[in-house]
Order: sequence, then structure tokens, then C-alpha cells
Amino acid sequence: MSDQSSTRTPTGDPGGRSSSARAFPEDPISDKPPAPAPEAPPARKKPTKVRAGDRIFQNLTTGAGIFVVALIALIGIFLVVQAIPALKADKVNFLFNHGWSTNDPANMAFGIADLAEVTVATSLVALIIAMPISLGIALFLTQYAPAKLARPFAYVVDLLAAVPSIIFGLWGILVFAPAIEPFSEWVNSTFSWIPIFAPGNIAPNVRGTIFTAGIVLAVMILPIITSLTREVFERTPTAQVEGALALGATRWEVIRTTVLPFGKAGFVGASMLGLGRALGETIALAVILLIPQGRNFDWSLFDGGATFASKIAQNYSEFNNPTSAGAYIAAGLVLFVLTFLVNFAARSIVGKKVG
Amino acid sequence: MSTTLERPATTPAFQQVSAARKVKNGVATVLVWLSFLIAVVPLVWVLYTVIANGIKRIPYSNWWGQDFGSVLGDEVGGGVLHAIIGTLLQGVVCAVISVPIGLLVAIYLVEYGRGKLAKATTFMVDILSGVPSIVAALFIYALWVTTLGLPRSGFAVSLALVLLMIPVVVRSAEEMLRIVPDDLREASYALGVPKWKTIMKIVLPTALSGILGGIMMALARVMGETAPLLVLVGYTSYVNWNIFSGEQASLPLVMNNERATNSMDPGSVGFDRIWGAALTLVLIIAVINLLATVLSRIVAPKKK
Amino acid sequence: MKIMRPLGAVGIVASAALVLAACGSDPSASNSGSGSNSAAPAATGTAQVDCGGKSPLSAEGSTAQKNAIEVFNQAYNKKCSGQKVNYNGTGSGAGVKQFNANQVDFGGSDSPIKDADLEAATKRCASPALNIPLVVGPIAVGYHLSGVDNLTLTPQVIAKIFNGGIKNWNDPAIKAVKGNESLNLPDKPIQVVSRSEESGTTDNFQKYLGAAAKDVWTQGAGKKFVGGVGNGAQGSNGVASTVKGADGSITYVESAFAKDGVTPAKIDSGSGGVELSAENVAKSLDAAKFAHPGTNDLAMDLNGIYSSNVPGAYPLLLTTYEIVCSKYSNPDVAKAVKAFLTVAATDGQQPLSAKGYVPIPQSLQDKVLKAVKEIS
Repeated sequence: MSDQSSTRTPTGDPGGRSSSARAFPEDPISDKPPAPAPEAPPARKKPTKVRAGDRIFQNLTTGAGIFVVALIALIGIFLVVQAIPALKADKVNFLFNHGWSTNDPANMAFGIADLAEVTVATSLVALIIAMPISLGIALFLTQYAPAKLARPFAYVVDLLAAVPSIIFGLWGILVFAPAIEPFSEWVNSTFSWIPIFAPGNIAPNVRGTIFTAGIVLAVMILPIITSLTREVFERTPTAQVEGALALGATRWEVIRTTVLPFGKAGFVGASMLGLGRALGETIALAVILLIPQGRNFDWSLFDGGATFASKIAQNYSEFNNPTSAGAYIAAGLVLFVLTFLVNFAARSIVGKKVG
Repeated sequence: MSTTLERPATTPAFQQVSAARKVKNGVATVLVWLSFLIAVVPLVWVLYTVIANGIKRIPYSNWWGQDFGSVLGDEVGGGVLHAIIGTLLQGVVCAVISVPIGLLVAIYLVEYGRGKLAKATTFMVDILSGVPSIVAALFIYALWVTTLGLPRSGFAVSLALVLLMIPVVVRSAEEMLRIVPDDLREASYALGVPKWKTIMKIVLPTALSGILGGIMMALARVMGETAPLLVLVGYTSYVNWNIFSGEQASLPLVMNNERATNSMDPGSVGFDRIWGAALTLVLIIAVINLLATVLSRIVAPKKK
Repeated sequence: MKIMRPLGAVGIVASAALVLAACGSDPSASNSGSGSNSAAPAATGTAQVDCGGKSPLSAEGSTAQKNAIEVFNQAYNKKCSGQKVNYNGTGSGAGVKQFNANQVDFGGSDSPIKDADLEAATKRCASPALNIPLVVGPIAVGYHLSGVDNLTLTPQVIAKIFNGGIKNWNDPAIKAVKGNESLNLPDKPIQVVSRSEESGTTDNFQKYLGAAAKDVWTQGAGKKFVGGVGNGAQGSNGVASTVKGADGSITYVESAFAKDGVTPAKIDSGSGGVELSAENVAKSLDAAKFAHPGTNDLAMDLNGIYSSNVPGAYPLLLTTYEIVCSKYSNPDVAKAVKAFLTVAATDGQQPLSAKGYVPIPQSLQDKVLKAVKEIS
């Protein structure tokens, strides 16, 4: 291992680093093309002996790397182990049942269908709203905004990501929901013939709905999508842009012919990262969404309900019976797998494009 | 650069921009500006809400120097000292654990890592950064409370936050380490300095400014987390310095507790407390961000 | 009331003085409402308290008694200087569960523990667990309906509203209740708001409906709302603020939360509409019985109250309990729990009426003090 460490072949590197070098808000330095073959020279010179300090240090860092890998495995294993007894005790189909009854450990009947549907619905609403707006902001910041405005605004968008989600939740239910209530009511009554705008299962309440929650969630994932997309757009080869301009293209045509084709994958990947965040958002949704009694989610935006995460957060008090806790842990496990898949897909899309 | 190119010196191939193209360009411009404005609205709105509603209690010294232990739920008075202590303690303990691990992982990835393990590590860091906070909380609950039989405490919260903080530290540190010029490493090797010393004495100090900034940002982010707090620690209205036992308050918990048990009508005590705590939290996060900038400046490599 | 005000003020002033009050302190406004002189046979007086033991004690449970515990805590803090209790208002279900999981020293629950919970609690204590009633709280059927502020409901109508039998405010069944003839009830759907998490208030409310409107409420009881209509919000405060924000909504909530836009309905159990007030609740309390007479487990049987129709008695109430061990493995904890409960049952009782509660009657106080004394 230690011998290998000193032979850094340029070919060995890109695979390891490509997927991590991007995907993080970068400094001006990132404008420069990344140095493709780093640290080559010392590598070729094999050190005559491996010093003890070197060995310890390398083992330490390698150990940290292994620790992170083990951590994820551990999370998975722990959740599975704790979920199994509850799943065994489950009297109904875990994946397709809509009910959730875990009060009586001897008579557990819980399924995640409703949670999954509400989770997907809120996240989709958020994504549908956030995607075009983020795209617009990213274009604005990279192509339209005067430099004086672009930099501080980009900073502010990043700051938005640092606002704690409980604040978004409280703002959402105490300030935003009452403010848009007339609009929600109007949409609800005017378009009620469209299934997704039908009166919800918490009607006549139109505040604690998926509609409200989705919009607030959109605001929350906006900074994530924007900052990544902006970063990709910034890397559009200048030559292409200038070429298009030289041909007399309008600004929009420049964007359509150079920026968008170049940054499309990055944008999609960024949106999926935003989706991953939306799927796992907890407290904001727990604060906003009302829980329907006796009715399940019916694909109306004016329904209430609970997502995986908000269900767990609202019922943390039921954890003390290991079997009941196991039911929530099972739900958490599904959420873990779901975000895992979404993030994985996002990373591979972004990773391919932005090396 | 584009402004100069829009009016080229020589006559371009297409002298006239057709009306349709002009319209399209105009529509696009409007849409882009519109999305910018749409994004500004909630931003300003949220900040305005927090500041306008939170400002009422903040300016008083007892807000910063007392807890809610001696006041009833509907009594004006008391403060959030207990919550500030909890938030900072849990945040700092989390940082103390996750920063060394995160740094080591980053060093491994940049200086040593290759092959399958490095790929796996990079991948897992990516995955870890996507783990929802409630799942991290559940994991720690399953480990700490269910398996080890230990009581809920502020430390359990810190552990859950570690899971959320590590990937952010790794990412930023990794990025900073990668932009350290190789010339520096080579110069050091040429002088016969061992690799580990090169990393510790040359590479890390060079990247320190950026790394510190990243750490502070990560810290600010985990301090606002609420989900792990709900699952892993109880609320108290008293100051508790002991992170290992007993209930421990924190600012998000204050908000959540007031939300569940106190009136949220504008003008009520609960309302003032919720937004006061929110503003306090935002202020703390802002100060940490500011500190990050200042610290980065101070430790930045001197340029001559 | 007499005790509480000055104490609160002194507390604030004293603690503010401890801090370097450089830029002044918060104005300590008095806003705890006008103190009504309760006619309840209030348990008053003070007792010898053996202070000491674990501090802070940790406790968790019912949101309904959260404000009462704060009052008790203040009294406890005064009586035994420096001794504290941490109380998390997360719901009765949580209180029992955290107690059974040995995460807290005592639990707060609006319904006495029994069956499986009791077994688990006995196991946790390695001794019988006790229900100690300390607070009586009326439950309001609170509504928000613009233009209507004097609604009377019978148990049957309440049951029908909460199980979906009556869906609109202009339903003739509501109009038919004596006292509602002159009301202008709008054509508006009724929005039922219930507690989304496990709650002792829900349990008591459903028990009440089961007792007072047997033929209509067939859903049973339990800490989860089983009416199957409307929507749920978290915590007493969650339901109250949801009702405030939604015209045409109705909920059941502890009386302390039924204010500022949530109007408590009068209840007519057959002898005319009865307003929610301390006197009317106290009148009901006479019918209370113990579930296990002769033991130190003071769980009460409220069915007699729920199904009674004594004129002028408000029947919809709950007693909220502290769930404690009769024998703690840690004597430090036992000492503190005893001290706290003693203070709560004596000095802590009188200020309760200002917070919308009803102090426990004298007869019950004696039993509580005896049971507490025997905790070890």
C-alpha cells in the first residue's frame, strides 16, 4: 500500500477526483481549467525508504476514508436490523398499504404508500416551481446581471441555504400560508375540475396543504439548484460564446446554442440534488402540513398529509417501544434508499459533464 | 467582454436581426429578470419576517443573559441563554469530532487516495452529504439509545450532526487542498521533507484559510438543524452545561417548543419568543459566517 | 392568584438584577388575564417539604398540564430554592413512553396509565407505578365561526360533528339545540380539527362522547383521534392556532387554549346549556370516583361525570396525572419527586385558577399527599 502511494499515475487520478472536484460552490479559481496531471514529478521518484511518520500518517488518513465508507454501511445495517422486527410484525403490506397503525405492538399494521405519495407530491411541486426559476437565476447571474449585482446576489442566494429550515416552516405556516390563502382558494375553486386542484382531504382548510408546503420547499431548494447550475454555466467555453456573438446571435440565441447545451446535464443533476434535499426535508413540512383524519392522500395539491421525514419527526414520541420505533425506522430506511438513489443519479449526471 | 462584441468593427453576416428573433430575445430577457425578482421576494420576505418580529425581545440584556426557567409561558421576560449555550455546545462538540475526521478524509483523497477505496470514499462522501437529517437522527437513535441503552442527551445530537457535517468539511477541505500548487509539495520533497510533514507543514497551512471558511460554513449549517434535536434530546427551560446528561435546550428547540405549547398569535409571548429565537439563531449564523471570512483573511498565506 | 403575581414579579426582578442589566430589562407586563375568584373547593395551604435530591428532575408528557407544571415549578423553586424540574410538553403518549423507557423521572399524562402501559411502567420502576392527579382541566369544545359567539351543543350533536354525521353549520340538528334558535348559522362546511399525535385530551374527549352520547359515538376511545373526519394538528397549541386561522372550524382543546378567536361552546347535557367556568367544573367534580379505591393509585373514573346531567355542571373535563414509581431505584430521584409533588399539591394549587385550570378538591388533596408521602 505504501509503495503504491508514491506512484501517482496521471491515469489513476481523474477517476477518483472527477466526481468530487465539482459539485461544490467554487471560488474564482475554478474558472481556470483544472490542472489535469497534478503532483506527478515527486511520484516518479520512488523514495528509498518509507518513514514511520509517513506510514502512520497514511494509515490514519486511509483509516478515515475507510471510516466514512463503513459509516454509510453501518447506517444501512443499523436501520435494517432495527426495522426487521417491526416489518415481521407488520400485518399488512409494508410497501402498498396506506394506513399507519403502530400503537399496539401486538397488532401492527403500517404501510408507506401514503407517505411515499405525499413525499413525492411535495417534492415534485417544489421541483416544478424551483427548476425554471433556478434556471432563470443561474442565467441571470452568469449572462445578464451586471457584475456588480451578480456577485453579492450569488452570495445572498447561498446565504438563503443557511437559513434554518424551522424558520422556513414557521414562516410558511404563520406568514406565507395566510397571505396566499385567497389565491389558493381561488385556484381550488376555479380549477377544482382538474384532479390535482380538487378539494383536498383537509378541506376546507387550504393552508396546511401540499400546495403551500411545495412552494415553501421550492424556496428552500432554490439556492442548491441555483448555485450548482450557475457554476456549470460559468464554465461554458468562452470561445463558443464569443463565436456565437460574432455570428450576430442575440443574447438569447447565445444561451440557447452554447450555454444551455453545455450546462444541460449540470442543470438536471443540480435539480436532482435539490430533489434529494426536498425528499428529506423534515421540520418545515412537519410544521406546515396538516394531517387528514380518516382520509388518504388522493393526488390533490390541496391535500394534507405527512412525508416520510415529517411523519418520523412528528411521532418521535412513539419511539420507545422498540417495535413501534422499528416501524418508523423502516420508513426512515426507505427514505434513506430513496435519497441514496436520487443523489447517486444526480452525481453521475453531474460527474459526467463537469470533470 | 460581450458588450464590445455586440457591436463588431466589421459588418457582420446578418445585418438585420429579424423581428421574431428580437421578440424571442426580449421574452427571454424578461423571463430571466422575472425569475430573479421572484427569487428575491421570498428571500426578503423571510428575512423581513424574522427581523421585524424578532427584534422586539432581542435588544434586552435579559434575553441574552437569562433562561426561561423562572418565567411562566405567558409571562414576558426571561431569555434564551440556555438555548444559546446548548446550540453552541452541541455545535462545537460536533465540530471537534467531525473536523479531524473530515480533514483526514480530505487529505486521504487528495494526497494518497487512488483505486477502489478512494473511489468508494468519494462516492460515500457524496451519499453522506445527501443523507436527510432525520435519517442521521434515526441512526444515532438506533445506535445510542436502542442498542447502547444510553439516555438521550446533547451529545447524541452532536453525534447526529457529525454525520451531517463530515461531508461538508471533506468537500471544502478537499477542494482547498487540490488547489495548493504542486510546486510547493515538490519543493518540500526536494528538500527531503517526508510526505506527512510536507502535508502538515506546507500543504495544510497553505490551504488553511479556505478550509477554515468551509468549516465555519458547515458549522453554521448544522446549528440550524432541528430534526435530530427532536429525536435525540429533550427540551429544558434551564441552562444545562452538561452535554452528556439531562435535557439541553437549543434555539431550534425553543422555537419548536413554543410552537407546540404556547400561543403563536402576533403580539403574544409565544410569538415574540419564536421569532426572537429565530432572529438570535440567524444572528449567530451570520456572526459565524463573518468569523469565517475574518479568520480566512487572518490565516491566508502572505503574499509578497 | 394571591401568591402567584408577586412571586412572578419578584422572580423576574431578582433574576434580572443578577444580570448586568446594561440596557435595561424587558418590561414585565402582566398578561395572565383577569384572575377570577374560583369557587372551587380549592386545595390550599402549604406543607412541610423535605427539599433536596436530584435537580433538575426530568419529566415529559401532556401539553395540557404544561402551564400547570410551570406554576408548580415556580412554587417548587421558591419553596426549595434552586431545585428545578424540566418538563417537556410533548403529549401524554410521549410522557408515558418516555417514562417507561426510563428517559424521564416522571411522566405527565391526561389519562391514567393502564394495561400494557402499566405493565411496562411497573417493569421500569420494579415497583407499582402510580397515577397522581394534580390538575383538573376543563376541555372546551372550541369553535371559530364568524358571526356566531353563543353556541350551545348537546353531546349527541358534538359526537355527530366529530364523526362526520353533521357536516355543515346550517344543519337543522345544530339549530334545534335549545339556545341556538336565534343564531344565524351560515351555510358553511364544518372543519373538524383534532390532535394529530397521541393525546390524553383526545382520549378524555372520546371517552366523554362514548359516555354522554353512547348511541352516536361508536368509534371508541384512545389517545388517537378516531372520528375519521377533518384534519389533525400537533399539540394543544397547534389545534388552537389552526382553528383561529380557519373560519368554520371546531376542535376540542384544554380551556386555557380556548381564547382569542376560539370560543368555547356551552354544553347541554339535558338540563340546559352550561358555560365553561371554574364553578361549573367544580360542580361536576363531586361525581368523580377512584378507579382503584383504597390504593395509592389515584386513577379516577370520570364516566360518572361524563354521563351526568346535573344542572349547571360542566361535564367535559380531564384530570391530568403525574405517572410516578412507588419506589425509585435512586433515592435522590425519589426525594426530589416527593418534594416536587408535595409542593405541587399544596402551594402550587391556588395559582392554577388564573391559568384556566381548576385546583384539585380538598378531599383529593389529602389522598394525594398521603400517596406522595409513601413514595420511596
